[in-house]
Amino acid sequence: MADTHAHAHHDHGDHGEHAHHPTGWRRWLYSTNHKDIGTLYLVLAIIASFVGVGFSMMMRLELAEPGLQFIHDQHFYNVILTAHGLIMVFFVVMPALIGGFGNWFIPLMIGCPDMAFPRMNNISFWLTAAGLILVALSTVVGGGAGTGWTVYPPLSNHTFHPGMSVDFAILSLHLAGAGSILGAINFITTIVNMRAPGMTFHRMPLFIWAMFITAFLLLLALPVLAGALTMLLTDRNFHTAFFEPSGGGDPIFWQHLFWFFGHPEVYIMIIPAFGIISQVVSTFSKKPVFGYLGMAYAMASIGVVGFVVWAHHMFTVGFNVETRAYFIIATMVIAVPTGIKIFSWLATMWGGSIEFKTPMLYAFGFIFLFVVGGVTGVTLSNAPVDMAFHDTYFVIAHFHYVLSIAAMFAIFTGMYYWLPKMCGKMYNEKLGQWQFWITFVGVNILFFPQHFLGMAGMPRRIADYPDAFAGWNMVSSSGAVVSLVGALLFFYILWDTLRNGAKAPANPWGIGATTLEWSVDSPAPFHTHEILPEIKAEPAGHH
Amino acid sequence: MDQTNRLKEQQRGIRLTVAGTVLFVSAMVGLVAVAEPLYKLFCQVTGYNGTPRIAEGQSSPGGVAETMTVRFDANVNREIAWKFKPAVNQVDVRIGEEMLAFYEATNTSSEPLVGTATFNVMPERVAPYFNKIQCFCFTEQVLKPGESVQMPVTFFIDPDMLKDQYARDIKTVTLSYTFFLNQDQSKAKALSATQANYSN
Repeated sequence: MADTHAHAHHDHGDHGEHAHHPTGWRRWLYSTNHKDIGTLYLVLAIIASFVGVGFSMMMRLELAEPGLQFIHDQHFYNVILTAHGLIMVFFVVMPALIGGFGNWFIPLMIGCPDMAFPRMNNISFWLTAAGLILVALSTVVGGGAGTGWTVYPPLSNHTFHPGMSVDFAILSLHLAGAGSILGAINFITTIVNMRAPGMTFHRMPLFIWAMFITAFLLLLALPVLAGALTMLLTDRNFHTAFFEPSGGGDPIFWQHLFWFFGHPEVYIMIIPAFGIISQVVSTFSKKPVFGYLGMAYAMASIGVVGFVVWAHHMFTVGFNVETRAYFIIATMVIAVPTGIKIFSWLATMWGGSIEFKTPMLYAFGFIFLFVVGGVTGVTLSNAPVDMAFHDTYFVIAHFHYVLSIAAMFAIFTGMYYWLPKMCGKMYNEKLGQWQFWITFVGVNILFFPQHFLGMAGMPRRIADYPDAFAGWNMVSSSGAVVSLVGALLFFYILWDTLRNGAKAPANPWGIGATTLEWSVDSPAPFHTHEILPEIKAEPAGHH
Repeated sequence: MDQTNRLKEQQRGIRLTVAGTVLFVSAMVGLVAVAEPLYKLFCQVTGYNGTPRIAEGQSSPGGVAETMTVRFDANVNREIAWKFKPAVNQVDVRIGEEMLAFYEATNTSSEPLVGTATFNVMPERVAPYFNKIQCFCFTEQVLKPGESVQMPVTFFIDPDMLKDQYARDIKTVTLSYTFFLNQDQSKAKALSATQANYSN
């Protein structure tokens, strides 16, 4: 690759190792460097998480006791839960797992200098950032959007949300969606065309497989969301009647469109997590991933089947029995590839020389939480059961186990695992392990009792409840406090690492860490893999 | 030279991949753009959401021995100040026979109002066999203040239903309407304008 190297130096001088590279605000605002953009996404996710988690703490504070203590306006409560959902999904989990780790580690792990379209990468990020600002505004303008993250009409139409709040939320999702589509095109193009010589598809690390599949899901799902949101926007502002029965429309049509996007969206959030967990489990068991190909194609089949199960979110709209039967079976089928993943992780650990560093603890935590959430998912996939549990705290408990805390655990896993590579410093292992145990105990106290509340019939999205539910709600709220301590400790550890962390070696994790990112210095230099690595034998993560 | 070739190859690959992904996104955008008519078509063909057949201008195939009970249900959206009820609550009808039923609507407000009715048939299984020849719900309805009208609906139940093993045991079907305030109130405005002229 001597030619490319020379090319880079002479034609684009600013891309050279020793040449000028932008500093100060220009470095970030105009950034075209995949590592800097990855960092920007992670910072965005952290900032958004302050807001998103803050809202959830307000809800748990209000729900700690029956009656209305702090939030007297039901609509305000709805606004908080809407913003919590939208921010956590679109501006915390997605930017962290996809934009953050994806940008940082796709080029590093496949052995190429940068993404295929560095400038498009920049616009992807700033569109997402603009989206975050708009969604934040949607909570304050026009009384705030209190629609829930599902934005169902008629609640979201101009009769019930006459202000501009819902329009702000819609435009926010448009921007974030456009950013994600551009990012997905970038990821796919990079992975398809820019792998190092010798890295065939079947030699890619599982994290790369995960990002590849996620990018396809984004391409398929987000245009549908954009279309549905546009229809809602015109219904609200230009008197069309896509979802308006008075003009011949149908609100159920929105639900179909939304969940055609919404169900793949949950896999968009969790498949990158699968990728990270696979890397970490293999690294800290010092063994290649068990059933590598099975793992890769399990993710692919989860992605495919994820597109044909959407109506299990809307069993209560009155489908006939065959439709319900189909969606029950299709949904349950997803348990098969998911089981392949869980058992392959366990088989990877089996007989391995397991080292319980913080990332591995978090990977364990992820697997446990994902199994709990997966089991309640199979429960809910039964239409007759779902009829009873629909819109109760059982559903809240289910999807928080899989999407919020399991996904969050994957983010923590990735942060601890890759922090030495990203900032060149080691975190405090003892504090990290404390942080894991506090968070693990906290989130389980927080969400497990919500299963009981749901089975007892406590409805979601309401700030008050009968006295009978008081006990477990208090337990749940105290779990929220413990989780908050864990989250704050994480930010302390992050600050402590950046300030006082010991210098990290290129590979702090030993022989288990075989992927290419550990072959470059820590912190990863501004430009890496300018001379393409050659993959000769079985590579990266799964010799 | 090998590297230059490799780079060229890579550039070609990148262009192809981008073209492919952009095509992919455009296809999804196209799909969602036609989703609305497709959804309506799907409902009409399959009877989903209890969408009955519209058989305007057709005639009924003639009655067979079996009968069914047809119940009539009437609802009014809160935005429109109308009273709306069926003339009779239910009728027994021979399958295949043409039937005429009436609903009664009264405008209880002090201004003319344009209303549109949505309709469906429950249970859903009967919907594909429930044919409406004529219905007040096909067009918008204008009622003057205090005005009361009889609104007719002509329908028949397709005898093919008796061949459908999932529908033939059903003996009762409910025809339901909900009146909404039409978004387009121009006809009501025209009416009040003419009235205003008369009173001058």
